[in-house]
Amino acid sequence: MNSILSVVPIEYYLGLAAMLFTIGVMGVLFRRNAIIVFMCIELMLNAVNLLLTAFSTMHGDAGGQVMVFFIMAVAAAEVAVGLAILVMIYNNLRSVDINEMNKLKW
Amino acid sequence: MHQFIWLIPVFPLVGFIIIGLLNKRLPVRLSGGIASAAVFLSFLISLGVFREVQLPTNVPERIVLFNWISAGDLNIDFAFLIDRLSAIMLLVVTGVGFLIHIYSIGYMSHEPDHPRFFAYLNLFIFFMLLLVMGSNFIVMFAGWEGVGLCSYLLIGFWFKNTDYNNAAKKAFIMNRIGDLGFLLGVFLIFTTFGTVSFKEVFEGAKQFSSNDPTITAICLLLFVGAIGKSAQIPLYTWLPDAMAGPTPVSALIHAATMVTAGIYMVVRSNVLFALSPYASEIVAIIGLATAFFAATIGLKQNDIKKVLAYSTVSQLGYMFVALGVGAYDTALFHVVTHAFFKALLFLGAGSVIHAMSGEQDIRKMGALKGKLKITHLTFLIGTLAIAGLPPFAGFFSKDEILAAAHEHSLSMFTLLSITSVLTAVYMFRLYWLVFHGNFRGSEHQKSHLHESPFSMTIPLIVLAVLATIGGFMGMPEIFHAPHYLKEFMSPIIWKPIHHVASHTFEYTLIGTSIVLLLVIIYATHTIYVKRQMLPDADENIPAGLPKLVANKYYVDEIYHAIITKPLDAISSFFNTYIEKGIIDKLVNSTGPALQGLSGLLRFTQTGNIGSYIFSMVIGIIVILLLTLMV
Repeated sequence: MNSILSVVPIEYYLGLAAMLFTIGVMGVLFRRNAIIVFMCIELMLNAVNLLLTAFSTMHGDAGGQVMVFFIMAVAAAEVAVGLAILVMIYNNLRSVDINEMNKLKW
Repeated sequence: MHQFIWLIPVFPLVGFIIIGLLNKRLPVRLSGGIASAAVFLSFLISLGVFREVQLPTNVPERIVLFNWISAGDLNIDFAFLIDRLSAIMLLVVTGVGFLIHIYSIGYMSHEPDHPRFFAYLNLFIFFMLLLVMGSNFIVMFAGWEGVGLCSYLLIGFWFKNTDYNNAAKKAFIMNRIGDLGFLLGVFLIFTTFGTVSFKEVFEGAKQFSSNDPTITAICLLLFVGAIGKSAQIPLYTWLPDAMAGPTPVSALIHAATMVTAGIYMVVRSNVLFALSPYASEIVAIIGLATAFFAATIGLKQNDIKKVLAYSTVSQLGYMFVALGVGAYDTALFHVVTHAFFKALLFLGAGSVIHAMSGEQDIRKMGALKGKLKITHLTFLIGTLAIAGLPPFAGFFSKDEILAAAHEHSLSMFTLLSITSVLTAVYMFRLYWLVFHGNFRGSEHQKSHLHESPFSMTIPLIVLAVLATIGGFMGMPEIFHAPHYLKEFMSPIIWKPIHHVASHTFEYTLIGTSIVLLLVIIYATHTIYVKRQMLPDADENIPAGLPKLVANKYYVDEIYHAIITKPLDAISSFFNTYIEKGIIDKLVNSTGPALQGLSGLLRFTQTGNIGSYIFSMVIGIIVILLLTLMV
């Protein structure tokens, strides 16, 4: 399986995953719409998945890909719960703008 | 018998618990009855013990109840030592204690708080029995402390009166000062002998040479404890103040039992004191000074109980003189006879006070012999006993002490004889003023004069009989009767004094003392009855020596100025500057400090989700950098 990495070197995978992760972080920090924030979180998780698969190919160790499965399952569960909470917030607040969810303050 | 020994202290303890728990539900006859029954049962067992102990084949028995303290080298059992000395003390404590319990049923019949009284009395008997039965210094000390506690509880029995509370505190604190010396002595014993058990300590001590500094130090420290407990100079002032308690308390604790604990301790440790003539000399000197000093104060007291209190201090001084010159069995003899006649005198005084509706000033009494026949007769017997008229008990024990003192030092004998004269004078002054002459009280008191009920007069009669025949256990040699007490005590005393005073001396002593006593009786009768010379009212005491003596040489005031006031000043300094200024401020400021801190921290809760996420990212970056750096 080393053949893929002889065509596309590992550094390319690293760079791509890093850029995806950074874009995800930026999105979480700067976007106002809560659904967009969730999507950016998914983006970060996928960047990590990509990196794990690449390293698992590089070392020939299947553990990385097993980890990917775990992360995907957890991400799915997390999205379900997160969207449910978001629906409840929308029912009360009529908006998904995170700047308007500021009641828990001193 | 030894399987029943453990019951002796347990009966009064159970009595204490039962009466204490039932408290207000008990009528006076029942609470007094339970208490008296408990002591009586202990008395019966003590009789059995005595019977066993006087067999010539008897050896001292050590009865271990349980292993109390076991820590490294220190091994202390909770054990009793049953030998002749403890047998005598058991009889005195339970016997006289029983009589006083019966008396208290009558005396405290109008007292609403009587269950507490009888509970405390039983507790006292329990601790006193522990004291005299203990087989090592620590069990003795447990009893020692316990009787001090009960003394405090009983003196301050009428706790709503602040003066009585102060008297109780004074007694307890002075006792404690003595106990410090006692405890130091016990520590020294442990470091020297490796054990605190009597048998082993005394066996080990016999290896030491005479006047060894360690043994002397031990004896002096133990004697400090005795000074506090048995009211010698300088720790005697609590005893006259202790008269604030009910009269049965004064009779039991401050005449017959607790104050004799110091003497018991020295007799028990006679091996140690015999090894240190230096310490014994100090014991004798302090005893002599106390005997004389207290007798002079007694001459000018006008409260019937205070006269008897100073008389007790003085008689305890006699006992310490006997101990100091090595006549340990003589001291014990005087302990026993003193228990009889002093308890008798105190109970008689209680009967008088009861008849006089609470009056205790002898200047307001007089001519009581008409209405209080039994009290009068028994009080007279007590007075004759303490003044030393044969055949009453006090004569024989006092005569023996004087003879022993004479053997030791002529000056000691002289001063002690003068003290005997003073004793007779103040006692007969008391007797004539209370029972003879004209009645000087109010009309209201006169109408209420009545003899006490049987519960009070029967113990008086029993004690009077004991005061009459008690002397015959220790007759001097010239009467050709065996000295039962000396023979009985011979296994306990290591180096008994075998002096036999010359017959001429004995006859001279006896003859002179009888003649002197009769002269004193006649002289005091003339002064106080014929010529009706009453003691001055408090305002009219002439200045100079009479005023000095009447004010007890201002010893209380001196103690107050030298000790109490500086301690109070130090206390209040610490209170204002350190307790309130530093510690309280520190503790009280923790609340506001926390409040201030949280007031600052709460501003981090902005509610702005963006800022929360931002700080999370910062945190992750920091952790990453840290892991990379490490």
